[in-house]
Amino acid sequence: MKKIEAIIKPFKLDEVKAALNDIGVQGMTISEIKGYGRQKGHKETYRGTEYMIEFVPKIKIEVAVADQQSQKVIETIIRTAKTGSIGDGKIFVTDLKDAIRIRTGETGESAL
Amino acid sequence: MINYSIITIFIICLMLTIVSITLAQDQAAPPPAAAPAAPAAAAPAAPAAPLKVDSGDTAWLLTSSALVLAMTAPGLALFYCGMVRRKNVLATMMHSFIILCLISVQWVLYGYSLSFGPDHGHIIGGLEWAGLNGVGLEPNGDYGATVPHQAFMVFQLMFAAITPALITGAFAERVKFSGFLLFTLLWATFIYDPLAHWVWGMGGWLHNMGALDFAGGTVVHISSGVSALVTAIYLGKRLGYGKEPMPPHNLPLTVIGASLLWFGWFGFNAGSAIAANGLATSAFVVTNTATAAAALAWMFAEWAVRGKPTVLGAASGAVAGLVAITPASGFVGPVPSIIIGGVVGVLCYFTTSKMKNALGYDDSLDVFGVHGIGGTWGAIATGLFASKAINSGGADGLFYGNAGQVWIQLIAVAATWVLAIVGTFILLKVVDALVGFRASEEEERMGLDLSQHNESGYTL
Repeated sequence: MKKIEAIIKPFKLDEVKAALNDIGVQGMTISEIKGYGRQKGHKETYRGTEYMIEFVPKIKIEVAVADQQSQKVIETIIRTAKTGSIGDGKIFVTDLKDAIRIRTGETGESAL
Repeated sequence: MINYSIITIFIICLMLTIVSITLAQDQAAPPPAAAPAAPAAAAPAAPAAPLKVDSGDTAWLLTSSALVLAMTAPGLALFYCGMVRRKNVLATMMHSFIILCLISVQWVLYGYSLSFGPDHGHIIGGLEWAGLNGVGLEPNGDYGATVPHQAFMVFQLMFAAITPALITGAFAERVKFSGFLLFTLLWATFIYDPLAHWVWGMGGWLHNMGALDFAGGTVVHISSGVSALVTAIYLGKRLGYGKEPMPPHNLPLTVIGASLLWFGWFGFNAGSAIAANGLATSAFVVTNTATAAAALAWMFAEWAVRGKPTVLGAASGAVAGLVAITPASGFVGPVPSIIIGGVVGVLCYFTTSKMKNALGYDDSLDVFGVHGIGGTWGAIATGLFASKAINSGGADGLFYGNAGQVWIQLIAVAATWVLAIVGTFILLKVVDALVGFRASEEEERMGLDLSQHNESGYTL
């Protein structure tokens, strides 16, 4: 099994989620995060103080998938999350040792 | 663990309460025949025709009192709390809210008497009116000839409340609640009450000198602004000031607060006519005009200097305009009010950005930059633009042929600055010695909501 972490632009979430549902991904976890890579931040001014905000709001999607599915999932995320401009995000893939469904105790791929 | 600070404050409050009630009882004991023996500051109505309560005047004065209350809570509470960090939102609101409660009682017990009571040496009122003894429902000829005396008293109460509440902006995010309570009580008693007497009380020396202050440029804004500066310097900067980011956590609340301040200020200025008449109307109009001009001026100044017009700038500009027009509101016309507002908008933009950063003190919410400076300009501007055509009970200013008024205004301004600086410094020393004022490093890091109140502002 693989764990796929995708950091994407927030407005792309609905599109990515819909496309993942279409290829059979049943569930996912998202977090609202901040981050930066090559994308520049922005300036904020409050009375006499100016702040350079480097961190940009992003969404992180985490999905656990079977090995056979992982390539399809990655391609789908790239296709829907891409805009072509800096700040589109990144995908990280890690090996997943195990997954357990709490309600039933199922383990492995049947827990996904 | 016994909290000695709380016990100390409680004992002081209790002592003040007992003293006030005792004095009120003493004054109530002698029969009415003793009244003429007291310093005749309150003009007795007996020989002339009895004063008649006017329902229109009374309705407006009571309404104005409620409007000014709204300026403190929720107006100022929201304006300030939106600008601090999330971890201090409740504590900041609590400052304004509890001051309203504290002064409401202090004023009735002895505050009103010290401020407006029979004059002693042109410096202070006495305790003859402690517990509102002698302050009934008949008009007092000196303080609103057409309204119940208590209506005037409760109107003034709201001014006495908002003034110390303004100072809280200077020490936001770094004070102990106990120290803040004691400081406020002492400041109200030893700085606000005497100053109100000097400027508005019958026999007060600035009043006798002819200083013009319609609704509180000196009494409210300069006093709180300058005291704020002293306190900010004395307490020192917030941890991480200048290095860690401390942007406002909820500007929508600040804008709502500023709007409520604008709304309530009509009670503050137009209500100070103590009548529902042409003068109140004139004050209402110039208040609105100056405020709008100041908001625009600040916004354009910031746009030119920084490249973007900010919402905080517009809201701050409006407040600065309200401050500046306060002393002038009953004496100037609409076009001068545009000038007064326009100037203060630009002036206060620079004092809260360039000047504060250059001098390096941490006046968290710019109380000195807006109220101290804005109030000083307003008091001087009154000496420039006052016209007897607007208010025959006032005087003419420099631009209406009377240069002398500016000097009188400057003396009043100077006296206020000195009282605020010296008095506040002494009080800070006293508070520090008794209960301590600044919060500990750990308390400040944790946030005042948790460390002072065991509460969290946002559990959403």
